[in-house]
Amino acid sequence: MIFKIAWRNIWRNKLRSLVVMIAIFLGVWSGIFINALSLGMTNQRTENFLSTSVGHIQIHHPDFLEENKLNFSIPNFDELNNNLLNINGANISNRIRISGMISSANGALGGNVLGITPEDEIKVSTIHNGIKEGEFLGEYKKNRVVIGAKLAHKLKVKINSKIIVTFQDQNNEIIASAFRVQGIYKTANTRFDEMNVFVYRQDLERILQSDQLIHESVLWMDDKTIVDSTITALANTYPNLKVRSWKDIAPDLAYTDDLMIQMLYIIMIIILGALAFGIVNTMLMAILERQRELGMLMAVGMNKLRLFMMVVVETIMLSLISGPAGLIISFFTVGYFKRNGMDFSAVGQGLEDVGYSTIVYFEMQPSFYWSTLVLVIITAILSSLYPAFKALKLNPVESIRGL
Amino acid sequence: MNQFADYNPIIMSIIKTNNLERFYTEGDVTVKALNGVSLNIEEGEFTAIVGPSGSGKTTLLNVIGGLDSPTNGAVEIANTEITNMKDNELIDFRLKNIGFVFQAYNLIPVLSALENTEFIMLLQNQPKEKRHARAIALLEEVGLKDQIYKKPNEMSGGQQQRVAVARALASKPKFVLADEPTANLDSKSTGDLLDIMLELNEKEKTTFIFSTHDQRVIDRAKRVITLEDGKIISDETK
Repeated sequence: MIFKIAWRNIWRNKLRSLVVMIAIFLGVWSGIFINALSLGMTNQRTENFLSTSVGHIQIHHPDFLEENKLNFSIPNFDELNNNLLNINGANISNRIRISGMISSANGALGGNVLGITPEDEIKVSTIHNGIKEGEFLGEYKKNRVVIGAKLAHKLKVKINSKIIVTFQDQNNEIIASAFRVQGIYKTANTRFDEMNVFVYRQDLERILQSDQLIHESVLWMDDKTIVDSTITALANTYPNLKVRSWKDIAPDLAYTDDLMIQMLYIIMIIILGALAFGIVNTMLMAILERQRELGMLMAVGMNKLRLFMMVVVETIMLSLISGPAGLIISFFTVGYFKRNGMDFSAVGQGLEDVGYSTIVYFEMQPSFYWSTLVLVIITAILSSLYPAFKALKLNPVESIRGL
Repeated sequence: MNQFADYNPIIMSIIKTNNLERFYTEGDVTVKALNGVSLNIEEGEFTAIVGPSGSGKTTLLNVIGGLDSPTNGAVEIANTEITNMKDNELIDFRLKNIGFVFQAYNLIPVLSALENTEFIMLLQNQPKEKRHARAIALLEEVGLKDQIYKKPNEMSGGQQQRVAVARALASKPKFVLADEPTANLDSKSTGDLLDIMLELNEKEKTTFIFSTHDQRVIDRAKRVITLEDGKIISDETK
């Protein structure tokens, strides 16, 4: 009967109850919407970063990271490569990595020249998917280069334009070599596009007169959950090499990823905290209106526990009608934007400058829906306590007389 | 110490009060709502407590019903002194022993007549079938057989007060306290309600104590206790 009374009491003042219910509905929906958008943006940014060139695991000569000199290539590379090829689910690209000056007839900029084997590179990065003009490296043609759209724009080069790459070789001699633009790529990170060009590894090997000059092995793991264990195994096997996960390479992204999960809950708690005041206000008004009735209930023998529970149940019901509705609608809304994405082209340039995609595909962990439901229930219980205690403090005689 | 030690009624009483005092302080003024009220009410009585406004009628009912505590004196209900009971004990005691009818009916607006009548039995944890059957029987007794599924706002004031009487009797109380039960009723409804209460009193020996200043009620009461300034100034049995 307490449940029946609580349920019917909710509908005594339909407008007031509906206002609170709509507020809870919108609060839950908007909280999940914003969180799914943020999570989608963050995850896409991380994914973009990893898939452009970083991969899940990178192996270097330890001094290469400090001094970035050509001499610090991976020692005994063939042995390492054979072992890497035996790791299940690992896609490997071995790169020559040179820092130098990239110039055209219209200007010069500092950048990285990555000597790659195209058929290996496409397994660890998505640069080839971002080709806007021309084509990615494939069937070997001598001294071809693929450059970022931003760099191409700054150097004012087009397909088949010539660029000069200048760098120091192993003997610190300055070498300049001409490359013809075969493709122009564009990623979600304009900073990356401005800094990196891709050439055939064999061209650099020829220019440097060495076929043992690998500076960077990049691994893309089919199963992300084995990244850490793979790193541990490689680090133990090759103590003289620097084996790093993407989290070591970009700790800011890893931190953002970890922080994001906490942020989801913090945002939802703030929203529900604000809603709690609305719920408390509504229930206090309801109790004020029903003083006479509550006084009568105490007079005829309803004990304090039952009276307390009646208010608590009513508050929880009020919250639980609209909370789950908000969850269900947000589930479908997030699902829609997960499939179709939300277009932020209007502010696209700004987003791309900091590594975000202009089309954001929403993401949300299924467990977050359940956690939000639990948070709604906790909010409802906490919100019910003050009105319920207020009800207990009513004096039956004064309440019945409407004082 | 038993405050009823010197009190020696000839007949066993259902309600005994001994030198009840209830003072209220409003600013610097002390109002003596009850000023030494001692009375006995026996089982089966149909008693009206009358008097002008402010004479202490409602206060006396509240103290007898355990809704208010006396400043001095004691109340004994069916040989149990309730004066020193704790809040929760009093609530439980009221649930098992006292039926209440209020001036403004005070039904639960979201429940039907049947559910309102069943409610007290629900609080007593009576089984569903038993409380359902008794509620229907009581509503039939107060002439509302055809109205059992109506909500209070679908009923007249007289009908609502009859539901209140049915509710008060549902728990099989030792007595029913009714505070100005006819104050909001027209003369026909007042007459109908009095007929029902008298019938219940005569057939089932239900004890009714009500405060009133309605002459129609006073005329039909079997005992009339008159209060003035918190004191009993007359006690007549017809």
